[in-house]
Amino acid sequence: MSDLPRTASSGFTLFPRLSGAAIAGIAIAIFLMAFLILPVAQVIYVAFLDARSGAFTLQNFQDFFNTTLFRESFVNSFYVSAMSVVLATIIALPLAYITTRFNFAGTAAIQALGIIPLIMPPFVGAVAMSLLFGRNGSINLLLNQYFGFRIPFMEGLNGVILVQAIHYFPFILINLSASLRNIDRSMEEAAQNLGSHGMRMFRRIVFPLAMPGYLAGAALVFIKVFDDLGTPLLLNVNNMLAPQAYLRITGVGINDPMGYVISFILVAFSVFSLWASFLFMRGKDYATVQKGGGGLSRRDLKPREKWLAWGVILLILAMVLSPHLGLLLLAFGTIWSFSPLPDGFTIQHFGTIFTQSSQYVWNTIIYAGSAALIDVVLGTAIAYIVIRTKLAGRKWLDYMATAALAVPGVVLGIGYLRMFHGIQLPFGLGQMSSFWGIIIVALAVRRLPYALRACMAALQQVSLSLEEAAESLGASRASTIRRIVVPLMTGGILAGFVTSFATAAVELSATIMLVGRSSDAPLAYGIYLYMQSPAGRGPGAALGILAVVIVALGTYLSQRIIERERARQTMTGDQH
Amino acid sequence: MNRNFTLGALALMMTSAASFADTVTVVTSFPRDLTDPFKAAFEAAHPGTTLEVVSRNTNAAVSHLQETRSANTVDLMWASAPDAFEVLKEEGLLAKVDVQFEGIPDSIGGYPVHDPDGTYFGFAASGYGIMYNTRYIEANELPVAKEWEDLKRAEYNGHVAMSSPSRSGTTHLTVETVLQGEGWDQGWATWKWISGNMNTVTERSFGVPDAVNSGATGFGIVIDFFGLASKASGFPVELVYPSVTAIVPANIGIIENAPNPEGAKVFVEYLLSPAGQEVLLNPAIMRLPVNPDVYANAPEGFPNPFSEEFAPGAIEFDVDESGLRYNLVNSLFDVLVTYRLDDLRAAVAAVQEAEAVQAETGNEEAAALIAEARALIEAMPITEEQSLDASFTQVFTISRAEPDTEVVGRQAEVEQSWDSFAVENYRKAKELADQAAALN
Repeated sequence: MSDLPRTASSGFTLFPRLSGAAIAGIAIAIFLMAFLILPVAQVIYVAFLDARSGAFTLQNFQDFFNTTLFRESFVNSFYVSAMSVVLATIIALPLAYITTRFNFAGTAAIQALGIIPLIMPPFVGAVAMSLLFGRNGSINLLLNQYFGFRIPFMEGLNGVILVQAIHYFPFILINLSASLRNIDRSMEEAAQNLGSHGMRMFRRIVFPLAMPGYLAGAALVFIKVFDDLGTPLLLNVNNMLAPQAYLRITGVGINDPMGYVISFILVAFSVFSLWASFLFMRGKDYATVQKGGGGLSRRDLKPREKWLAWGVILLILAMVLSPHLGLLLLAFGTIWSFSPLPDGFTIQHFGTIFTQSSQYVWNTIIYAGSAALIDVVLGTAIAYIVIRTKLAGRKWLDYMATAALAVPGVVLGIGYLRMFHGIQLPFGLGQMSSFWGIIIVALAVRRLPYALRACMAALQQVSLSLEEAAESLGASRASTIRRIVVPLMTGGILAGFVTSFATAAVELSATIMLVGRSSDAPLAYGIYLYMQSPAGRGPGAALGILAVVIVALGTYLSQRIIERERARQTMTGDQH
Repeated sequence: MNRNFTLGALALMMTSAASFADTVTVVTSFPRDLTDPFKAAFEAAHPGTTLEVVSRNTNAAVSHLQETRSANTVDLMWASAPDAFEVLKEEGLLAKVDVQFEGIPDSIGGYPVHDPDGTYFGFAASGYGIMYNTRYIEANELPVAKEWEDLKRAEYNGHVAMSSPSRSGTTHLTVETVLQGEGWDQGWATWKWISGNMNTVTERSFGVPDAVNSGATGFGIVIDFFGLASKASGFPVELVYPSVTAIVPANIGIIENAPNPEGAKVFVEYLLSPAGQEVLLNPAIMRLPVNPDVYANAPEGFPNPFSEEFAPGAIEFDVDESGLRYNLVNSLFDVLVTYRLDDLRAAVAAVQEAEAVQAETGNEEAAALIAEARALIEAMPITEEQSLDASFTQVFTISRAEPDTEVVGRQAEVEQSWDSFAVENYRKAKELADQAAALN
């Protein structure tokens, strides 16, 4: 993490007029240009061309707004995104608040379990959901048998909202938790001294101070749901923008420019939403001088409150983890068809994957791990440049990186092939487009927005006076960043690492374009291979479970690190 | 760890470079259940040759070949969807190779097996059928649907699924077969009434067998091996062939400018040889060999498309007609059915309800309203003549349009007019049917 500022500072002698931050900024801009903007532009520019003559035109955009189906899709997408944010907040808020503010056994475990919904392995996740919640899923079969009615969990837009909220609420949970941990406890202490407590203190003091984290998470959920095509497609809802773009781009031999027009509109709208969230934050200061620990430490719950808290947490966990329970049943079940539970249980599916999966597992860990590492380095650097420097156009780094959320994986994959195919790498690494390193870059670019939002939120909570103090004591800018800023951002950086890692581990849409050889394939690709045939459902689910376990372990470990860090800070809190 | 990995990757590259001449690289959308037995059999028959299988879904495979044509690394494309091969062929990505084989007829049940220009070859055939979940139909007390016509009946409302023809080249052939067999207007009417009974139009062709296997839906319109292989894996499902079925070939083609054209040709010839054809009889594959002689060794009950009783109502399939309006039919289906499924379902359900009421009361006025509603649902925005008019069909293949054809209109514009046509008709049909139901 400290590499960037250091290389940047060594650039001083080469380019005396540019500051280290400027050089880092330019380097990041070049990276984003090369691996995001240009490849995507190579694909998406057809949106501005007359399909027949190839001349520049805005006719396609006019067609977009003249088409009833697209206008309806836009409204549906907006409605679903907004409602998903509301529902995701209702799920995430109690989990985050209880685990960060009270002495509560199992905090690390709850936080680790809370991220699992983010890991929905392709295809098998969908099958598991429909086997549990579908029209003839376990719950509805039982309801229908005993009470004679069904609940349409997964039908229409409401189904999309439910599934999206369950799937993406961890964005809010993780960022909000990191934010809550960063609040100076003396603020709460002061509030308590002045007689405020309970909900009132939460509403007036705690939540407003945690706003950067909450907004980071909420903006991610909103933009992600707006741009997500997987969930609507698995529920067969296609009257939304992202699935419309996907269906029009991926048809064999179809060259309807509307797919690219929609992609362009998705990107533009995502950047617009981000800008709107900046407007909301403008002119507010969320920094507190003291970080977390110290002062008033976690409060104890009264026994009755404790039972209540456990009840709420277990209820929420049961709801959000149910898809993974379904996945577990699928992985251990024999045949599961039109019945509440599988017909029998077996460990045979794990035996089937055992021989081939070690390659997949290593590839996944290497790809997702490297991608997440790149993401937090870039995320920290971009956050620092945007918030702490006055570079011209710095906000565009953020907009560019965030635009990646709106780019469908296939578009990025095709863009990479178009851009990098035929470039021969040195050292016998072969074609650049079929080199496994390009998969890492693709994953890093696709998951950068997650890490970036977390890093931004973390930095917003670091008080500038700490850096000024360090600099007035003679520390150079680079060493201030390394020794003061980055350590204070640790919680947020880890949150970013975890979200990037977890979601990169099950990415498929760009990867399937870029995997050159089966020995380079990650887990998600293995799941895809199995899910092409009926007999592969069990082994596919078993691989999905493997992915979930890997990510959950990684998350649990990083939670332990955060906890230990917090404990250390509490002990040495006086030093700040 | 990362460095080890790099070294390992380096070593792997070197070894693969060393054995380059003996490696045949094939990109495929087929599952491992199919490719593994072929890989084993081929490598046993040709010692020293390795078959490197790269799996991609059909869309990704086609895009990949298009984007990497400048430095192609793939020898063969191996997939079901005939449309994907047509696209590759039109773009000059398939090599014309003189492949030797014998004992394989030119057509099965009216469908040509191989590309007449010799750029791709059918190595297996598949029929289309209706797959159903036995537990599901027992619980819902439904009879088995044996013909496409059966699926139009009111009792199947909400119990049927299929994939969109624009997403699945094989589904497209089924749609086109009914259009050719019953005629344009009648064929579309059939599809609309069946679609009105659907609970979903899936985006992936495998989504349909998945839904039937899970019991999410009772009946699925699927390509036969999905049903046969599901049954072989133990799911409580069965498959029936309607008397009019599309015969869909699964194909293989050699890529232009292949790194190992000799090896590619050897593999294609192996696939088409009797030994290669016998591999298809493996119970996990369940695709129909195109060499009639191989059926002598087939297990009991294995469907034989060359036999008299298989699909007696087969029609003479017009490939040119189908090819000309390929994208138009896909787009029409999506606009009228896929994207407006809710409106269509509401209208069809209203008509079915009104008909049930009318059958009891025998009200003449209601019968007239119902007839009007039915006509509105069945109405088509374009005629068969238009569907075969090049200046119109090329709106949907604009970049591949013939330079000397005058193309009229833009796809988005045309689709918008179809969309308002469909929405308005479905709405009116529902209104009329509701009126009819109220007249008892």
